[in-house]
Amino acid sequence: MDPKLLYQEMILDHNRKPRNYGKLEDATHRAEGLNPLCGDHIWVALKLEADAIGTIAFEGHSCAICKASASMMTAAVKGKPVASAEALVEEFRHMVIGNAQAPESPALARLKVFAGIKDLPSRVKCAVLPWHTLHAALNQTPSATTEGDADPVAAGGA
Amino acid sequence: MNAAATPRMTPRESTLDLARIRADFPILSAVNVHGKPLVYLDNGASAQMPRQVIDRLVRYHTHEHANIHRGVHYLSETATNAYEAARKTVQRFLNAREDREVIFTANVTDSINLVAHSYGGAFLAEGDEVIITHLEHHANIVPWQMLRDEKGVKLRVAPINDAGEVILEDYERLFNARTKFVSITHVSNALGTINPVREMIDIAHRQGVPIMIDGAQAVQHMPVDVQALDCDFYAFTGHKIYGPTGIGVLYGKAALLEKMRPFRGGGDMILSVTFEKTTYNTIPFKFEAGTPQIAQAIQLASALDYVTAVGLDRIAAHEHELLSYATERMASLGGVRIYGRAKNKSAVISFYVGDVHPHDVGTLLDGEGVAVRTGHHCAQPVMQRFGIPATARASFAFYNTLDEVDALIAAIAKVKKLFS
Repeated sequence: MDPKLLYQEMILDHNRKPRNYGKLEDATHRAEGLNPLCGDHIWVALKLEADAIGTIAFEGHSCAICKASASMMTAAVKGKPVASAEALVEEFRHMVIGNAQAPESPALARLKVFAGIKDLPSRVKCAVLPWHTLHAALNQTPSATTEGDADPVAAGGA
Repeated sequence: MNAAATPRMTPRESTLDLARIRADFPILSAVNVHGKPLVYLDNGASAQMPRQVIDRLVRYHTHEHANIHRGVHYLSETATNAYEAARKTVQRFLNAREDREVIFTANVTDSINLVAHSYGGAFLAEGDEVIITHLEHHANIVPWQMLRDEKGVKLRVAPINDAGEVILEDYERLFNARTKFVSITHVSNALGTINPVREMIDIAHRQGVPIMIDGAQAVQHMPVDVQALDCDFYAFTGHKIYGPTGIGVLYGKAALLEKMRPFRGGGDMILSVTFEKTTYNTIPFKFEAGTPQIAQAIQLASALDYVTAVGLDRIAAHEHELLSYATERMASLGGVRIYGRAKNKSAVISFYVGDVHPHDVGTLLDGEGVAVRTGHHCAQPVMQRFGIPATARASFAFYNTLDEVDALIAAIAKVKKLFS
């Protein structure tokens, strides 16, 4: 894939004007996500309301792919039950690593702009970091990474 | 049209026949990247290989291969002769006093680990100090930290200024009675700074301290004479000087190498073995346990012959031209910050485009066929010094052209526009 095709208007727009960006003072769940290899460093905070994600926010320093992924993720899971959000985390992971066995997911909807990243293995981690961080927050784990056991790319590494 | 076919010359550039040189490197014209001609500016990570060096591998495996130092048969002698001739080529290339001062290793990392283990392990004790600089690649940090954790030695770091130059007075001030070793880079891989190694070696020797130079980013860009430098150890790697991966060199003064303990135990590094006692071989074989990278050492020698024939002085002049032109053009773009402004700099430009993350820059430049490195360049302390997580880095070789600099600049301009 021509790498330029990844930088579509939707991704550039979410990078320029990230949704749900900032602190969430009354968060019930939060986690920090770090990719030590490229320095992507984000925080995801959310407030659960009756088993659904009432509000969610993120902040940090990262590349455009990571920031747009985080922005679109927060927009996608806001208001969703925890179980649906967790299912979406899995579906997103399957999409960006190019898992052909995974069933088509209509829930991914606009997030499918990230599908092409499966052809850019060095950038998969950028897209997936916010989702690992959301998963960590929902599971009361203080931090997430894209390395070691959490490495989404089988042959990953520096 | 493929840029490789029409390299643009300037009068000042005419010392190198770029069209002919580029024709020696098949990959430069064989590869199209996303439909664009390859503009390879990641030479600091690994350089491309000329036909002559590729062919040397084929010739070796077609006519010369067997194991070395142990057979009495024709092929074993042929391979041994070629391998030992490669050692002599390295000796001449570095102007070492003797060929036994040249040890073949896997890469610079391996060379530094050898010295940290075999010299540091034998001669450094708890409380002793090792001096490095803030410019080091992780390969010249981590082995010394491992020695610190193992033996309780202390690591002292010479600071750098905002231009990315080692502050010599501060370096000199780090020496004291406990200083027992110095290991510094010749050229910074992240910033391109050329350290004043001659002066830094003299400072160490005035204090009676041996010093190792990491030449991973130096030998392919400038002539290096280890006797003139008077360094105690010098390391470089094959694949950054147009040779193969998996082969590196450690030069060491014979008197030091003889006193050091072996690094790895096994075949070829012994004179005799019984279950009670082993007598180690003489240098350099004491440090080359097991079957070495025979073919790669021979290929490395052909790569050194190649750059010697082109001429390292002429290579340095051409690369300086590329650096000046690229620096000037990048500055004229506006909004591009260059990290590393040393007065004495090799052809490396670490840069940041506006507030666009280097990984986005790298991916988008790749879309234009331009290969640069992005990330922390295995030099995280350098990134921390400048308060950035990463940079994009263009690193030039003598086969690069002014046209390719233009392609880089045009690609950066597109990134700026996309993110504006």
